Amino acid sequence: MTRFSSFRDFDWVLLGFVSLLSLVSVLEIRSATAMTKFHGFDHKQIGFLAIGMVLMFIMSLIDYHRLVDVAYAAVGVSLAALVAVLVIGTKHLGARRWIKFPGGVHFQPSEWVKLVLIVALARYFWGLAGRDLTWRDVAKAFAMVCVPMLLVLKQPDLGTALTYLPVLVMGLFLGGIRLKQVAILVVTFAVLGGIGWNTGKLLKPYQKQRLTSFMNPDDDPKGSGYQIRQSLIAVGSGGVWGKGTNRGTQTQGDFLPIPYTDFIFAALCEEHGFIGALGVLLLYFMILMRLIQNAQTASDLPGTFIIMGIVAVIVFQIAVNIGMVLGLMPVTGIPLPLLSYGGSSVLFTFLALGIVMNIRMRRFVN
Amino acid sequence: MSLAAPAPRPQLSDEKFSPAKLTSVQYGIVLLLAVLVAGLWRLQVLGSSNWKVLAEANRVRKVPVLAPRGKIFDREGRLLVDNYPSVTCYLLPEQIKDMATELPMIASGLHLPIEQLEATMKRFQGAPKYQPIPLKQDISPDEQAFIEAHRNELPELETHDEQRRLYPKDGFAAHLIGYVGEVSEQMLATDSRYAFYSPGDVVGRSGVEQTYDALLRGVDGSRDVLVNSHGKEVGHLGQELATPGKDLRLTIDLDVQRAAEKAMDGKTGALVAMDPHTGEILAMVSRPSFDPNQFSVRLTKSYWNQILNNPDHPLLNKAIQAQLAPGSTFKIIMSLAGLQEGMAQTMHVFCAGGASFYGHFYACDVHHGMVDLPHAIPWSCDAFFYTLADRLGIDTIARYATEVGLGQHTGIDLPDEVSGNVPSTAWKLKTQHEKWFAGETISVGIGQGAVTATPIQLARALSGIASGGVLRRPHVVFPDEVPADQLTAIHESFPGSGDKTIQVSPENWQIITDAMANATNPSAGGTASIAHLDGIDFAGKTGTAQVMGHDALAKSGGGHKTVPNAWFVGMAPRRNPDIVVAVLWENGNWGKYSALIGAQIIDTYVNKQRSRDNNLRIAENPKPAPAPTPSAPPGTPVAGAAGQRTPAAE
Repeated sequence: MTRFSSFRDFDWVLLGFVSLLSLVSVLEIRSATAMTKFHGFDHKQIGFLAIGMVLMFIMSLIDYHRLVDVAYAAVGVSLAALVAVLVIGTKHLGARRWIKFPGGVHFQPSEWVKLVLIVALARYFWGLAGRDLTWRDVAKAFAMVCVPMLLVLKQPDLGTALTYLPVLVMGLFLGGIRLKQVAILVVTFAVLGGIGWNTGKLLKPYQKQRLTSFMNPDDDPKGSGYQIRQSLIAVGSGGVWGKGTNRGTQTQGDFLPIPYTDFIFAALCEEHGFIGALGVLLLYFMILMRLIQNAQTASDLPGTFIIMGIVAVIVFQIAVNIGMVLGLMPVTGIPLPLLSYGGSSVLFTFLALGIVMNIRMRRFVN
Repeated sequence: MSLAAPAPRPQLSDEKFSPAKLTSVQYGIVLLLAVLVAGLWRLQVLGSSNWKVLAEANRVRKVPVLAPRGKIFDREGRLLVDNYPSVTCYLLPEQIKDMATELPMIASGLHLPIEQLEATMKRFQGAPKYQPIPLKQDISPDEQAFIEAHRNELPELETHDEQRRLYPKDGFAAHLIGYVGEVSEQMLATDSRYAFYSPGDVVGRSGVEQTYDALLRGVDGSRDVLVNSHGKEVGHLGQELATPGKDLRLTIDLDVQRAAEKAMDGKTGALVAMDPHTGEILAMVSRPSFDPNQFSVRLTKSYWNQILNNPDHPLLNKAIQAQLAPGSTFKIIMSLAGLQEGMAQTMHVFCAGGASFYGHFYACDVHHGMVDLPHAIPWSCDAFFYTLADRLGIDTIARYATEVGLGQHTGIDLPDEVSGNVPSTAWKLKTQHEKWFAGETISVGIGQGAVTATPIQLARALSGIASGGVLRRPHVVFPDEVPADQLTAIHESFPGSGDKTIQVSPENWQIITDAMANATNPSAGGTASIAHLDGIDFAGKTGTAQVMGHDALAKSGGGHKTVPNAWFVGMAPRRNPDIVVAVLWENGNWGKYSALIGAQIIDTYVNKQRSRDNNLRIAENPKPAPAPTPSAPPGTPVAGAAGQRTPAAE
């Protein structure tokens, strides 16, 4: 066997940063839920993290080339699962997102589809590597991402559906899309988007409202405008040093909406101030730089593509989530990776990290 | 390529794309993070102070702590008005889950008609969702139990403890005490005294409650309460204690008031008893009465209609608001004018059941024969006073009437006093742009025609005359109970003729008071003989005032409302009296019937004073007055035995 991998090559530095952020996550979830009926979510998050770590190690042992091999088949299975959700899924808060299995396990396919798409696009662009993309290539890539995306939009789950886009964008960017093509695509989507927005076929009214109310939060003081306003108050009133753990009045008084998931960064900003927020952003920066370094040193193209796909998703989620918390982006319901509470989000992140580790461990193998 | 990879993987070059692409992604990330840090800087460093204010405004709510209103006592410290703890039910609209099922539940649990509940909800539709809606005041224990038992199903229901006014039952002293209610929009908008009140504040709306509101209400405190986003209280920061309202001691003597209430029972009219030495009101009754307790909680529509539709105006305090022809009680003022002008001393009039003036015959009830002033008063001979009026002329009469306080406010410390009317040539010119006809003076001489007065004015006028010319400003609260600046403010808001002294010569004083004593003397044939009190120096003057002219009466065809008003003013003892009583019994037919009422009050008062002087314990007086003794100190000569004369002319 020339193929050799060892945990010496496991990215312990990356894991260190990730663990640090996970610790911040657990502590902030603990503080944000202490006075609520969600009390104890910090323990559940620890459980998710533990399972995530285990899955990460298992994932790092499976050669990512195997995943690349089965990627197209997995896309087929994903599409089937997404259709199944729409047909037999459980309805919760007006959206059909979960498949309920006997034994009380709820399965939300849309999160996993993200991972499948990352690997599938890596395989796809690997196949095209070295030449400029034709319109046909671009169209195929679009189809691969947009079909599952539309199915997820149908659930409806705007937030998760949007996270598929950065995978496509990153793939096209690295895959060699030409500037002219980019320009044409941007213009086309701007026109189509404008038509779709105005005819109202594309998005539900409440989704549209959510997308616009961040610009004028006071227009909708009870809906998403209220959420943004409370988020801004939480962040702003945190000041430089923050109010301290368990002392965020916005977080503890239930003014800040869902302070343990989508708005956890606002809770953190309130309780730990500018300094704490800066620390978390620094951790994200370190993690992202480390991931890109791993992409650079990957032994082959699919490895680079996969890692950069993961980077794209994480960067997108950070931008959209923190942008939302700071009033720069609309409320879309996208969680903050590694910080927000939630099993699906944690498991996705750690499975992705497992693949990154896998790629890194095989960087000298050729 | 790996040998161990058998899969039909596409055979491709591992040629990498330009590393510049990855570097540009890195720069992109740095740029993004820089934008986010800038956003954080803007909110957390530059704008932090503003957001901190908003965060505080979010969670801290000022909740008023209502000051308990001052209690009200009688002059001897006996409780008249108390407070009692009461529970009000509020609804938090934010907490409602399902209006359709919960409203009927609430309606039945709180014993409210569902329509009323829906109307209330509708009324508060525009209000902010976090603002509690008052549903029902003064809820019963079983309604409280209902709310407690349904905390989970009906989290929108909330109770607040409050203090409510407890007034005496059956409208006892209702007009005098008044009642409290929410300050009206009109009061807030137009009355500068309410400039610092806010809508929903409970204020005195009539009587002592209104005049002394500033004293009684105290100063509300507040609590800084921590709330969560649902408006639920989760803790509190600090509080500003409420300053309780000042307890108020009235000049009312509960025993005299009781006697007055009893004597006026079932009648329409008013009664005032006053201490002429000081102007202290000892009793004040107006009939019909109303229940102030109904006003201080939620006034029901049916009770309000009942009051509105009562032709006898139960809300009117007739002791200060009924301005009616004083009838023969006005003859006291006529006598004063006649004597002071040196005209009546020697005047003799032949009464042939009336007399003729200016070609008109003016009737008297009885054929009195030759009458002089000492007889004209007890007999109430109209012919004598027609003649006297004719000789004095209207402007002289008006001067004396004005001097003893008619036609102007007395300045009593109760709201909405009316002034009555004293006719004169100037008055007629001003109001009717007509000359005064001498014939009009005749009926003024017996208190008819354009002259009108209130019971309080007559009581004060008689007090002044019987006290040798010293008139006092009537009042129901001891002035030393009230801070000087507030007392000044009250005097300024209730202007009147106040305290003053008029010229009454001792001889004239004696003539009038002796003649009045004969009015209650059966052997002198006085009009109030039936009200004679054995052993009490009781003097008075009856008045039987026609409510309409002879012609109008003939047309009206009779009925209760056409029956004359029965007046009586009386005092004991006859000179420098300790008590003066004015009684108005609307449609009471004869002044002597009112004299009977006045006699009961005098009797009660005198007997009480005598038993006190003899150091006898009075049953209804279990504890001594907390404040200084009333102005008549023990040992002051009070109404003595008949015939005993108090020294004249001080």
